[in-house]
Amino acid sequence: MTAITGTTALWYASRATGVVSLLLLSLVVMLGILVNRQGRLPGLPSFAVTGLHRSLSLLSVLFIAVHVATAIIDPFVSIGLAAVVIPFVSAYQPFWLGLGAVALDLIAALILTSLARAHISRRLWRGIHWLAYAAWPVALVHGIGSSPDLRSGGLLLVAIGSALAVAAAGLWRVAAKAREVPRAERAAYVLAGIQRQAHRVRVGHGGAR
Amino acid sequence: MTHHATLPMPGPAQWGAEEPPPVNRRPDGGHGGLLPRLMPAHPGPVDLTEHVERFGAPPYRGAPRRLIGDVEAAGLTGRGGAAFPTYRKLAAMAAGRGPAPVVIGNGAEGEPASSKDKALLWFSPHLVLDGLQVAAEAVGSATVGLYIHRNPRLQERLEVAIAQRAAAGLDAAPVELTEAPHRFLAGEESALASRVSGGPALPRFKPPRASQRGVAGRRTLVQNVETLAHLALIARYGPGWFRSAGTPDEPGSMLATLHQADGRTGVVETTLGTPVADLLRLPAQAVLVGGYHGAWLPGAQAELLPLANAALRPLGAAVGAGVLAALPADRCGLAETARVVRYLALESAGQCGPCFNGLPRMAGALAELAGPWPRPQAQADLERWSGLVAGRGACHHPDGTVRLVRSALQVFAAEIDQHAHGHCTGTSGRPFLPLPAEPPLDDTDWR
Amino acid sequence: MSKKLRVNPIDCAGHGVCAELLPELITLDEWGYPLLPAGPVPHRLERQARRAVTDCPALALALADAS
Repeated sequence: MTAITGTTALWYASRATGVVSLLLLSLVVMLGILVNRQGRLPGLPSFAVTGLHRSLSLLSVLFIAVHVATAIIDPFVSIGLAAVVIPFVSAYQPFWLGLGAVALDLIAALILTSLARAHISRRLWRGIHWLAYAAWPVALVHGIGSSPDLRSGGLLLVAIGSALAVAAAGLWRVAAKAREVPRAERAAYVLAGIQRQAHRVRVGHGGAR
Repeated sequence: MTHHATLPMPGPAQWGAEEPPPVNRRPDGGHGGLLPRLMPAHPGPVDLTEHVERFGAPPYRGAPRRLIGDVEAAGLTGRGGAAFPTYRKLAAMAAGRGPAPVVIGNGAEGEPASSKDKALLWFSPHLVLDGLQVAAEAVGSATVGLYIHRNPRLQERLEVAIAQRAAAGLDAAPVELTEAPHRFLAGEESALASRVSGGPALPRFKPPRASQRGVAGRRTLVQNVETLAHLALIARYGPGWFRSAGTPDEPGSMLATLHQADGRTGVVETTLGTPVADLLRLPAQAVLVGGYHGAWLPGAQAELLPLANAALRPLGAAVGAGVLAALPADRCGLAETARVVRYLALESAGQCGPCFNGLPRMAGALAELAGPWPRPQAQADLERWSGLVAGRGACHHPDGTVRLVRSALQVFAAEIDQHAHGHCTGTSGRPFLPLPAEPPLDDTDWR
Repeated sequence: MSKKLRVNPIDCAGHGVCAELLPELITLDEWGYPLLPAGPVPHRLERQARRAVTDCPALALALADAS
């Protein structure tokens, strides 16, 4: 068994923070969907959902930062600073790490626009925020491809579990949106509901007083 | 009294495939020869040859802004409902910096009870088109358009008129015709800007107004087609001539759509300040003034009023789009209002929560009040919802609806009391106020 | 320069986060849409108001100059 040297510690740290980052990102995406659908967490106000979505996204930035820093510093593999943000230029595993760079770029755009959201146009912020649905799968594939960690044992279950949870949340969002009353029919929908209610009241009273 | 066209007259919103609305012409011209101005003196639409013979070529001034002084002196106000001083709109647009503005003539009156814009475009399109050109010159615009509800016959007629003018070299700026869906809100300024830009005819949040960011993001001057027609005449005959009709504070002539109690309906050209009793066969139970965003007035009160904002505003009403409807004695004012408010609720764009939630509920409460033995809570609910929706939409649809509802609660208070005891003074359930047949179905109905 | 709260009623979807963060000024109507105060935001609440603006999921709330 090899002794755990300094470089090995860095390598383990990168892999571990990578897994945690993926978990956090999965939670962030699911919470984002919950915010969009005006869902609530039991016993918590709405601002807790939005607050948790923001807090966990900032926490994931922290873990991603450590994940990336430890990977660069570790001398065992040569991953330059450029490869962190420019996809596919790394000497080591250019493709899988390149995907990581893509995910990082997307997440950076998400985070920066969200920090400045009160100062940029709603259209710009929303447009960029849609990229979250691209960032997460890219991050997942980066994780599966970059190291064998997620491909066996307990971490495989973690990977599958996260993927299923995010996919389920995504499907729920699509279904809920499809069920939504279209804008042009909203007033008619409300009116129909009122007429149904009024009919029940009239029928209930049963005529003359 | 005025002549009226033959019966029966289909609802203005449905006449697309049929004849245009009848225009009432006094046999002697009425009003001491001051009228008609916008409407032709003889039956039938005016073609280009006749128009040029009577009025001459479009009265260009040769440079921007020159017309604005005359418009200010004339005191012309918008004939689309808001009655905003036209010279101020022109001056603000002419003074703006940046790319040249866009000018759009708004002929999409939207209001089922109003036919005056359709009538004007049918009978005197060239006055409107002249007005578009001189307005464009005044504000330095070369991008000009006309906005009308979808109507194949009218569109064809206007396309021909525009083509003839282009062939004769009369128009400095080419005119683009844009079709609007048959929606109540299609003629709203920001909805117009959205539609002419290629999108749906949905109102937008303000600011910025269309005058800042309108068609294709450019500053846009939106003028009702009747206002443009008046402009075309002021440019020829001057402010003194314009002021020879009307009142000192509200000068000029105007088009009004009249709905008589016997069911006859038509468009008249009259002067501001004309007694309502000269236009409508009174007495009537009540009179609807302005349109479906207007207000009811008691018949006895309306009998004594002139058609002028100075007299109407203190009573909570306004000239508006020039609609005057005399409610027949055998109809129930609450039932009529309930039908209209139901229509207004269904015409909500569905964009703003207070509107698409509040208006249908108000319609339901009013329908209850229009029936026998309404719950005591119904009127309180209606009043609460009225307070909740006013001012909380992106456009004035909720506000206008509240105005109508509040005036009905006031004018028909005795009727409400009757209904509370199971009686109704109305003996006929036949609908009186015109409404289109079907409500909107889906998103394509907004394009 | 005092500030006023404004909402874009088209973008507003009735999330209600603003009313939770600024209950002193914002309440919700019976359909979940915000009722904003007519007057300017008191200076002591301006920070909370800014937070409500930033945290609105629909970016429908804004603080404008009270002119």
